[in-house]
Amino acid sequence: MNFPWLTTLMVVPLVGSIVVALLPKGRDLLAKQVALVVSLATLVITVLMATQFQGDSAEPFQFVESHPWIPAFGISYSVGVDGIALVLVALAATLVPVVVLAGWHDVDESSRGSVKGYFALILVLETLMIGVFSALDVFLFYVFFEVMLIPVYFMIGRFGGIQRSYAAVKFLLYSLVGGLFMLASLIGLYVVSAQMTGTGTFDFVSLAGLDIDPDVQKLLFLGFFFAFAVKAPLWPFHTWLPDAAAESKPGTSVLLIGVLDKVGTFGMIRYCLPIFPAASDFYAPVVIGMALVGIFYGAFVALSQNDMKRLFAYSSMSHFGFITLGIFVFTSQGQTGSVVYMVAHGLSTAALFLTAGFLMDRYRGSSLISDYEGVNKAAPVLAGFFLVAALSSLALPGLVSFVGEFLVLLGSFERYVWVGALATVGIVITAAYVLRLYQRSMTGPLKPELEGMGDLRGREVTALVPIALLTIVLGVFPAPLLNVINPAVDRVMTSVGATDPAPTVQSAGLSTEGADQ
Amino acid sequence: MTELMPAEGVFSLIWLLIALPLAGAAVLLVGGRRTNAWGPLLGVLTVSASAVLGIVMLLQMMQNSPEQRTFDQTLFSWVFVGGFQADMAFQLDQLSMVFVLLITIVGALIHVYSLGYMSHDRDKRKFFGYLNLFVAAMLILVLANNYLLLYVGWEGVGLASYLLIGFWQHKPSAAAAAKKAFVINRIGDVGMSLAIMLMFVTFGTVSFQGVFGVADQASEGTLNAIGLLLLLAACGKSAQFPLQAWLLDAMEGPTPVSALIHAATMVTAGVYLIARSNAIFDVATVAATTVVVVGVVTVFIGAIIGSAKDDIKKSLAGSTMSQIGYMIAAAGLGPIGYVFAIFHLLTHGVFKAGLFLGAGSVMHGMNDNVDMRRYGALRKVMIVTYVTFAAGWLSIMGIPPFSGFFSKDEIIHAAFEQSVLTGVLLIIGAGVTGFYMTRMFIMTFLGKARWEDDVHPHESPKVMTVPLVLLAIGSLFLGMALLYWGNIETWLEPVVGYEAGESPISTTASIALSLLAVGLGVLVAYLMYQRRAVPIEAPHGSWLTRAARNELYGNEVNDVLVVQPTYYTSRWLVWFDNKGVDGFVNGSAAFVGGLSGRMRRYQTGFARSYALSMVGGAVLVVLALVLVRAS
Repeated sequence: MNFPWLTTLMVVPLVGSIVVALLPKGRDLLAKQVALVVSLATLVITVLMATQFQGDSAEPFQFVESHPWIPAFGISYSVGVDGIALVLVALAATLVPVVVLAGWHDVDESSRGSVKGYFALILVLETLMIGVFSALDVFLFYVFFEVMLIPVYFMIGRFGGIQRSYAAVKFLLYSLVGGLFMLASLIGLYVVSAQMTGTGTFDFVSLAGLDIDPDVQKLLFLGFFFAFAVKAPLWPFHTWLPDAAAESKPGTSVLLIGVLDKVGTFGMIRYCLPIFPAASDFYAPVVIGMALVGIFYGAFVALSQNDMKRLFAYSSMSHFGFITLGIFVFTSQGQTGSVVYMVAHGLSTAALFLTAGFLMDRYRGSSLISDYEGVNKAAPVLAGFFLVAALSSLALPGLVSFVGEFLVLLGSFERYVWVGALATVGIVITAAYVLRLYQRSMTGPLKPELEGMGDLRGREVTALVPIALLTIVLGVFPAPLLNVINPAVDRVMTSVGATDPAPTVQSAGLSTEGADQ
Repeated sequence: MTELMPAEGVFSLIWLLIALPLAGAAVLLVGGRRTNAWGPLLGVLTVSASAVLGIVMLLQMMQNSPEQRTFDQTLFSWVFVGGFQADMAFQLDQLSMVFVLLITIVGALIHVYSLGYMSHDRDKRKFFGYLNLFVAAMLILVLANNYLLLYVGWEGVGLASYLLIGFWQHKPSAAAAAKKAFVINRIGDVGMSLAIMLMFVTFGTVSFQGVFGVADQASEGTLNAIGLLLLLAACGKSAQFPLQAWLLDAMEGPTPVSALIHAATMVTAGVYLIARSNAIFDVATVAATTVVVVGVVTVFIGAIIGSAKDDIKKSLAGSTMSQIGYMIAAAGLGPIGYVFAIFHLLTHGVFKAGLFLGAGSVMHGMNDNVDMRRYGALRKVMIVTYVTFAAGWLSIMGIPPFSGFFSKDEIIHAAFEQSVLTGVLLIIGAGVTGFYMTRMFIMTFLGKARWEDDVHPHESPKVMTVPLVLLAIGSLFLGMALLYWGNIETWLEPVVGYEAGESPISTTASIALSLLAVGLGVLVAYLMYQRRAVPIEAPHGSWLTRAARNELYGNEVNDVLVVQPTYYTSRWLVWFDNKGVDGFVNGSAAFVGGLSGRMRRYQTGFARSYALSMVGGAVLVVLALVLVRAS
């Protein structure tokens, strides 16, 4: 029996969360310290685990643990990761300590909820995020998928802004409706598996191996896809996101949009494609259409926003369009690009929300762009990080977001020339809204009210530096991501029976590599 | 056939050419105020070290036979998915070699000049950090061995340009100009991205060696598409029609930036891109012809704007646009033109850098005023600036034996080889060049002083004039040196190809014609600005003058065609999102709320009515099961 890496990863933050929650009242500092130490420990374990991961392994999933849970229904506690899940688990484990550090003063005695409550919720959420990405049993996945809503609901509803209840309820209702459809499909899937094999199962690998009747696939696909499309969110299921983002603490937004929403796109590539290949193929044109609309719709709406958080929400919606597009064009470049994009988007979202949060801390918590002008003069370091975040969001070549975005566009172009070409035009609008935001808030003469605004302090810089570094380093050297994602994407491609189109000019003697020998 | 040489000996240090300025940028930008004292000097040193390394490589490269001058250094696999592969790999050949020298040597001179020019700026270490970043990115651009990595340099110089145009961010005009430059360049980037994708789809590779080796096997339609997409990219970066509108606003940046980025190096990247992709343009005839048309149109747009602007930097910017038009047009001519496009790019890089730095020196002495109507008679107080500016003036007009004469004359001659019309148009363009440059020269240095009261013009310090002198020497000798001693055609021939065509007119005739046109331009300018006094207030002017002052309404056209529709769409979608999509959502929530209110009535609390409902439900389920089974 190998070391139970994934269970350990889930247990550590869970225990930490309980410890934090049980701390006596008034020990707020201790609660934060424990949360930070626990999340850092989780990160260390994640890194150790990642070094054990074998990119070229023949096994589709690694670190697999499987224990029967409800044998009567073929449900088991079974976890394991492929390269796609691994990088998302790593993303979650990276962002949690950053969020804890950045949100050090986000909650204090004056808040409605308690300090320790907020940090306990973050840690519990970390457990669930790791669980949802590593579940290998579809029922277990569903449980994580739904339970995740609870901490987020409280993080928005207790610790959010003025409209927090509206936002929290909207988020919850949207997600529950999506989840309900998934549950229906899940049960259907179980019934189908029972019919086909005699014993019903929720085991992902078995389900993916079934050759389900295409018409049934088309029905069951919809339930899963709807839940994921709300989660990601895809146009037109997106309207909960701007409200949730606007009312949440920056840290909550980072975890919500940076990681949780990835469950939607992760679900598409992990569950929809391998289990329902025929249906995925059937619905691909519709999904691609929604993704394209989302890319432009989100970008255009972001262009006119005066609230930074809402702007980020709409920009994320546009980015989710890119990610979904990459998944449903069925090329290895598109799908690998989508997974890289998920990681990159997590990083850029974190950088944007946290920097904006630090900015808002300095001026009455306002997230209105028009309340700021010339910040660069008073807080050059803050403005510098803001610019790095902005550039990461517009996918500047050399940053990791470029690797993701370019591969998605390339993969789309390869399959459908005009879809790829159209989506590429989106990069102009992205640049326009991102740089307009920077111009309006950071440049120009300093607004008199902002006089004396302090620059970033040590804690804040410490939170942002790892994100900026990862954004640059993985952009220049994305091999650690590609080495693990590529084999996983190859398996997805095989499961949907897709192959990359061949180049139109076939040249036998073409050798670009090794030509210098 | 050229062979790829392993990067051994001094060529194993190709990466260091880039790493030096990149490290400088990192230290200066991360180090913050701590580096104020020594930062600018570090910036100068890193670029100078790269320049020295570049010269050593040139000398070494000259030892090899022409077929053995392409060196390839692969550092690691960068982006690899399925059949797609792009390496972090560099290629140094004769073409990138001349660019390395231009970038590092002119770059080093401008760094030195900036020591003086920016000495009073409290953020000067940031300025040198950005300049270093620019040099590093520009070197990536010209040293990349594949299009994807080239794109990184391409966007990197765009970023540096953005940062430096907006260097004085507290000025709203500077911040707006920076954004405008970036966004317009993004339109070019769409072309670049799509060109790369189309190359991959067609050839299965994006490396230079891979693409060029099989370029002629693709259909002509595909190659034309790739060529036109590359041209779109080039139009953005090189401020060619129809993406030219950003360059004049870019003059908001400090003058050394205008000299280095918006005159000598970055804006010529489009010419590099086309010359580098010669294997594609050689076959893509439609694309190549379009390149010539775009170049010629921009020659005139730039020259006309340059003739009417009273702002010395904007007039020079118009001139830059126009001169790059010459290079682009030459590049579109094919193998008869590539080498001369690069030749003119090199001489222009030197004399235009000199002109811009000269303008900066003038501004330095005039309290940063850029209005030439408030200059005049500066020859007496700025001797060095005056003489060095004169060298640039004679060079850009193409007066023998100055550098510009050789390079521009070759382009005009090559244009005649393709079509008489192109040749004639380029000669007329040379005439307009003569006009606007003489106008600028007279308004600035000759005539009567029209200085504002509190202005006390003075010569700039040595740290600024020495680079001016060196660039003036280059303006005089570089053309001859490259042509007669460097044999620029044979040097570049293995990379871009070269063939002399049949010309309908003799070399002497084309030289005579273009000198005649220039002479006319000079004469008109002399009559208008030397014989008559220059009014301090700009006269109303003809419709052409007014249109030229307004940059031929390029901004207005963009505004009506692109900017306004974009914002209109955006605002409409915001409304739609609130009222339409979210309205539907909230509406259905209200509907459900209302529905549940009605449903509540059925929660009577009587067990018998619940039992009845359960029976009803069970019947439905059974019915459904039967129906499903039956189907």
